[in-house]
Amino acid sequence: MAKKKLKSHNINRDWCKGCGICVHFCPKKVLELDAEEKAVAGDTEACIVCRLCELRCPDLAIEIETETETE
Amino acid sequence: MAVKDFLRERFFPHLWCPGCGHGTVLNGLVRAIEELGIRKSDIVMVSGIGCSSRISGYLDFHTLHTIHGRALAFATGVKMSRPKLNLIVPMGDGDALAIGGNHFIHACRRNIDITAIVMNNRIYGMTGGQYSPLSGYGAAATTAPYSNIDHTFDVVELSKAAGATFVARTTSYHPKEITKYIKKAIQHKGFSVVEIMSQCPTYFGRKNKIGGAVEMLEYMKDQTTPIDSKAKAENPDLIERGIFVEKELPEYCEEYEKVIERAKGGA
Repeated sequence: MAKKKLKSHNINRDWCKGCGICVHFCPKKVLELDAEEKAVAGDTEACIVCRLCELRCPDLAIEIETETETE
Repeated sequence: MAVKDFLRERFFPHLWCPGCGHGTVLNGLVRAIEELGIRKSDIVMVSGIGCSSRISGYLDFHTLHTIHGRALAFATGVKMSRPKLNLIVPMGDGDALAIGGNHFIHACRRNIDITAIVMNNRIYGMTGGQYSPLSGYGAAATTAPYSNIDHTFDVVELSKAAGATFVARTTSYHPKEITKYIKKAIQHKGFSVVEIMSQCPTYFGRKNKIGGAVEMLEYMKDQTTPIDSKAKAENPDLIERGIFVEKELPEYCEEYEKVIERAKGGA
């Protein structure tokens, strides 16, 4: 089966309220809050596409975009 | 369809506080509808009053924002006149079990095919943090500065006793369970109750010195366990998550249809 690979973290800055849930519970510590207290993806290489940030986000501000890995 | 197709995006960002668990319930609910593939026009969402009830405004279904505690009564009316529609009633703990307590138990008893979602944050958030019937003994609230002496309802036990034919519980820490149980509840023929323990960092978290949203979610992770787990046997104080009741009984609208047939002189 083709593996899903991260394309990008699409974070809606207008909707994000900076609660930090995604940052705290990310198992790979990919996300962080910037100077404006908005979630941003830092170490995207570490992302395992578990989508927990997308599912837990109370502001529906995160969308994980994936692409199929081609080898 | 994508998640955003179910939202009324013009009302976002929503009015809930940063870190409010109700947003996670909305998130999980939308995914449940998406996975079930139900048409938006086949869903009616009826809500009452409170932070939780504002959820209906954000969703692009048929929505009714009604009066405090009476959402189930309005939903019963809609369901009786249009039995083919899917009725979803999101309620807060106070809306469902204090103001609407009688509507709640009788909807359970009738087994009408409605999905009730109790978003339990253990406090009245919108009006300033007064204690609710779910706050529990020893909790602090604006109206209980020296701690609450009222004992709490157990939503699951109450629903079971009142006759609901599907009863489940999870928390806003467990988003996959939210989607899974809401899906099952919508598919269930009869009255379904899904209790989702949710965090109110602004009032419950602050008044009870638990902390912010992150600490409240950690608390829900630590204080809950799947039904019949080993952890529960070792620590009986843990709150169980899972499906507690799933049974088939005659559904109210179908029974009413039979009454109409009998009145017409049929079988």
